[in-house]
Amino acid sequence: MEHIRTPKVENVRMIDRLIPRKSTLGTLYLSSTHTIFVENSEARKETWVLHSLVYNVERLPTNSSGSPLIIRCKNFHVYRLLIPQEKDCLDVLASLTRLSRPERYGELFSFSFNPNLDKELREKAWGFIDLKAEFSRMGIPSNLWHVTAANYEYRLCDTYPSELFVPKSASPAVIVGSAKFRSRGRLPVLSYFHRDTGASICRSSQPLSGFSARSSDDEQMLQAIMKSNPVSEFMYVVDTRPKLNAMANRAAGKGYENEDHYTNIKLQFIGIENIHVMRNSQQKLIDVGELAAPSMSDFLWGLENSGWLKHIKAVLDAGVFIAKVVAEDGVSVLVHCSDGWDRTAQACSVASVLLDPYYRTIKGLMILIEKDWVSFGHKFSHRYAHLDGDPKEVSPVMDQFLECVWQLMQQFPCAFEFNERFLVQLHTHIYSCQYGNFIGICQKERRDLRLQERTHSLWPHLWENRAEYTNPLYRIDHSQTQGVLKPLTTAYCFKFWKGMYGRAEKSVASHQSPADCLNAVREESQQLEEELSAHQERLAQLKERKTSGERKTSKLSERVRRPIPTESELSSPLDYFTTPRSEKRTPSFTLPLQLAAPPKNGDPDDLSTCSDFESGVADLSSYSSSGGDDAKDPDADEVVKANA
Amino acid sequence: MEFAELIKTPRVDGVVLHRPFMPTVEGTLCLTGHHLILSSRQDNTEELWLLHANIDSIEKRFIGSLGTIIVKCKDLRVIQLDIPGMEECLNIANSIEALSTLDSVSLMYPFFYRPLFEVIEDGWQLFVPEEAFKDLESMTDEWRLSEVNKDFSVCPSYPSLLTVPKDIDDESLCKAASFRHGGRFPVLSYYHKKNGMVMMRAAQPLTGTNGRRCKEDEKLINATLCAGKRGYIIDTRTIAVAQQAKARGGGFEQEANYPQWRRIHKAIERSNVLQESLIKLVEACNDQSHSMDRWLSKLEASNWQSNVKEILTTACLAAQCIDREGASVLVHGTEGTDSTLQVTSLAQIILDPACRTIRGFEALIEREWLQAGHPFQQRCAQSAYSNGKPRSEAPVFLLFLDCVWQILRQFPCSFQFNENFLIMLFEHTYASQFGTFLGNCVAERVKLQLSQKTVSLWSWVNRPQELERFLNPLYEPNNLVIWPSVAPQSLLLWEGVFLRWNRSTKCLDEAHQEMVHIIEYNKELQNKVNSLRRQLAQLETEDSPLQTP
Repeated sequence: MEHIRTPKVENVRMIDRLIPRKSTLGTLYLSSTHTIFVENSEARKETWVLHSLVYNVERLPTNSSGSPLIIRCKNFHVYRLLIPQEKDCLDVLASLTRLSRPERYGELFSFSFNPNLDKELREKAWGFIDLKAEFSRMGIPSNLWHVTAANYEYRLCDTYPSELFVPKSASPAVIVGSAKFRSRGRLPVLSYFHRDTGASICRSSQPLSGFSARSSDDEQMLQAIMKSNPVSEFMYVVDTRPKLNAMANRAAGKGYENEDHYTNIKLQFIGIENIHVMRNSQQKLIDVGELAAPSMSDFLWGLENSGWLKHIKAVLDAGVFIAKVVAEDGVSVLVHCSDGWDRTAQACSVASVLLDPYYRTIKGLMILIEKDWVSFGHKFSHRYAHLDGDPKEVSPVMDQFLECVWQLMQQFPCAFEFNERFLVQLHTHIYSCQYGNFIGICQKERRDLRLQERTHSLWPHLWENRAEYTNPLYRIDHSQTQGVLKPLTTAYCFKFWKGMYGRAEKSVASHQSPADCLNAVREESQQLEEELSAHQERLAQLKERKTSGERKTSKLSERVRRPIPTESELSSPLDYFTTPRSEKRTPSFTLPLQLAAPPKNGDPDDLSTCSDFESGVADLSSYSSSGGDDAKDPDADEVVKANA
Repeated sequence: MEFAELIKTPRVDGVVLHRPFMPTVEGTLCLTGHHLILSSRQDNTEELWLLHANIDSIEKRFIGSLGTIIVKCKDLRVIQLDIPGMEECLNIANSIEALSTLDSVSLMYPFFYRPLFEVIEDGWQLFVPEEAFKDLESMTDEWRLSEVNKDFSVCPSYPSLLTVPKDIDDESLCKAASFRHGGRFPVLSYYHKKNGMVMMRAAQPLTGTNGRRCKEDEKLINATLCAGKRGYIIDTRTIAVAQQAKARGGGFEQEANYPQWRRIHKAIERSNVLQESLIKLVEACNDQSHSMDRWLSKLEASNWQSNVKEILTTACLAAQCIDREGASVLVHGTEGTDSTLQVTSLAQIILDPACRTIRGFEALIEREWLQAGHPFQQRCAQSAYSNGKPRSEAPVFLLFLDCVWQILRQFPCSFQFNENFLIMLFEHTYASQFGTFLGNCVAERVKLQLSQKTVSLWSWVNRPQELERFLNPLYEPNNLVIWPSVAPQSLLLWEGVFLRWNRSTKCLDEAHQEMVHIIEYNKELQNKVNSLRRQLAQLETEDSPLQTP
């Protein structure tokens, strides 16, 4: 609490950029975990913003109406406030700036978040995802692969999990030697085994080859991996970096495998750019989303200039290449980049989604993230700026993985059990630190932090709410659900992810999706099925009683029909008057503030509030028809006058 | 003229057909007066049955004696025919070229087409102005149906019957007509039942450089205003373009002469610019080797999406003026046959739920495009692959359909029809066995005797067995005004048209099927439950008198 200079400011205005009429007056509260805006209106609508989700806070010069403050969130929501007194604004700015940049793990929200679970349930929750079970699900043949004890107590590699699958033919000496020849000791280990072909995906970091160094242990390790796939005569080493970057690493004593030293390997460079390029690219993309009244050219040019979709394509291409080699050619692949925890994780997990239908289910995606990202080590705290640190370490690595999955969903609408909302929710949780899953960078650190005792696990919470995250078009026996996905990766197949990056403009993103209608229909069908069987039972009873002359007792139950949400008028047609070119861009107060759905109550520890208010998912009921409400729009007059 | 004269080689064996995302087929190629047919003679089906009118352009290539013809269609499909024998190939190519560019309308296929189905409901009689006027009469008595144009002499591009303010006599209409480009004086386009506001359309006024005025024209449009109310004139051109038009005798309404009207200029491109835009877009879509940067930059440079945005924005503005401002609106550009109709028809889709049904949408196309005199024949003579210099070709109607698709995508439950319906309309405007889109205006259609000599598209479409694939399973009728978002990120490339032949649609079709299954299953359950309920209720009432103590 020591960081809160002013816990409460009254008469704060929350600004809606597109529809100024919708701006609301209210009171701003700062708690140790949230910024809370409570509207003065009768509904007392509340907006909660988790401090750990705040990406930056910007104060604009004070003007006659007050001091503007912009709160930008890591999940791309933007809140614009107008605070009457400059002093209050400065206090809020200072408090929020500090509160949104925790310096120690202990300050993270997950350590104070308490969903009132007892100890037993909490432990059970942490056991929800079982990676041992996952590796046995893959059907790894025990005569070829086994778990090595080499990394017991993280002695070999402190960023890897303690249990590692390696070829059975690799001797302990080879394992140790190979680890020594790899950056940070991240030796080649099994990530995914493809049962249909016997080919595997292994992962590692780059070899410490420099210009001429070699390690016979590492060479034997790769040989062992290749031999674990008895039908294949060679294996691929996929270096996910651009070749130039890989070559540059040689000067630092690192680099890539020399094909002359390793028997029967084929080296393939993919060309995914590094974390710095990706960070800058995403920033440009966010800027595009924040443009005030952009023209189509502004938008498309901005999209091109950001390079974002090009990078998404590169990541997906990497996955497609690996999946093809494994499934079609039956050849094993070793994937690495520099440290083997960013691009490598992306490429491996995208390939897994393409190869294995299980990873396209709700639980399967959780497992995949747990395996390829959490367990194999990924610098969550740095990449997603959980802690105040080097801004150059921040990069949207998982954002890109989630987006690749989203792009695939566009091409294969029936192939995924989960919907877009699930991906958006995952994204928010990766950044928010509400749950302990994504704290720390590796298994060892998480153990040392005693996360399982001090924080809660996200997965059971998402699982309980899976109805919300279900794709109505998914059917387990559908052809798209089976087998390997072969997406097209032509440039025009990639789309701007509006559900993620278009959320700065609420009015833009408020249309109903067919999936939501279908879910409503499906839910209704379920109720109908129940009613049907109840009626059939009752009918049988009645017929029986009629013969026995028994007196009837119960009344017919009325079925509650869940209304199928209808589309309503978009609240304001205002933007049609503006012509983007002629309009002078006002830098500040023209973006709508994202008014999140209000929490059900004001308790920040309440599970439902904390998970929902930042989801950015439109509550359909709030858009349902008000029966053609056509109140005259008072603001429209002004705009007409201004433009005519 | 005999078609046979144009067909030197009517039949070639061993022709190989290549189509994207389909296996190649070898078979016999046949040319008829109107079709190019390829059949492998396996299971008696024709693999290709292409209207010559659908062919936009062809390219020939030779490797040795094997000739290749690349056929580029107006529906944007590109197919390849490998034809053995140089002479045969040349003959075929020449015939296709000649047959696909016939000048005379009366030689077009619709005049030869005999339907294989029974016409139950004649589409030519489906949407007559008198019927539409009856509807209007039930809502207001401020309007009348004028026969001033019955011989098409006042305005050649207007229909014979026009809805005009009741207090304006035919003589005034003639004077107003002489003041408007092409005689297109202001007529009623849409009556907004909710508040009694109207949308009218016209062509530009002929003010010229010396600021001509016309009292009758002023009186005509003022007659649509309520006392003390103002109206909006939406000029689809920028102020600069409108100014330039003065030099050529055109112009815009001067404030001084139309004090009760506020003029708003928008920037919808003229038709020749739109054609250019289409050509660039299709070129970009067809090059699969583009890198991401190049694709996005080509997409941007085509300006197609900008055109969609501008048209949709203008339509929303018109709708907003009517519904939110409670004001009447007059829409015009230059001729009043292109951008004007895009705006008036889209505004009605936004405002009027009836236009979102299949019948209503057909009626809208009849009213706002066919009757209103959009020159379909000129605009749709060539599509994106034409090599020749464009004359008056332009994808004006396609842009309208694209805008409808954008709204449909944003409001997936508000339309009775689906995307396939729009794509079907796009195809039939460019090449069809039906006469609906022949001719440039009502007068021409009357002269061609289309309603006697050809079959109407609607006669075919409205048959239940055809209609089925055009129905939107998610449709839930609602009476709301729907305000689409016109932000760039909300407007997508219409893949169903522009990437249709560049990717497999299998997965998307399957998704659509799933959607249909879910909805159908729900309906089935509802029926079962309802019938059981009735049974139960009956049993219980039968039961109760006996049971009463």
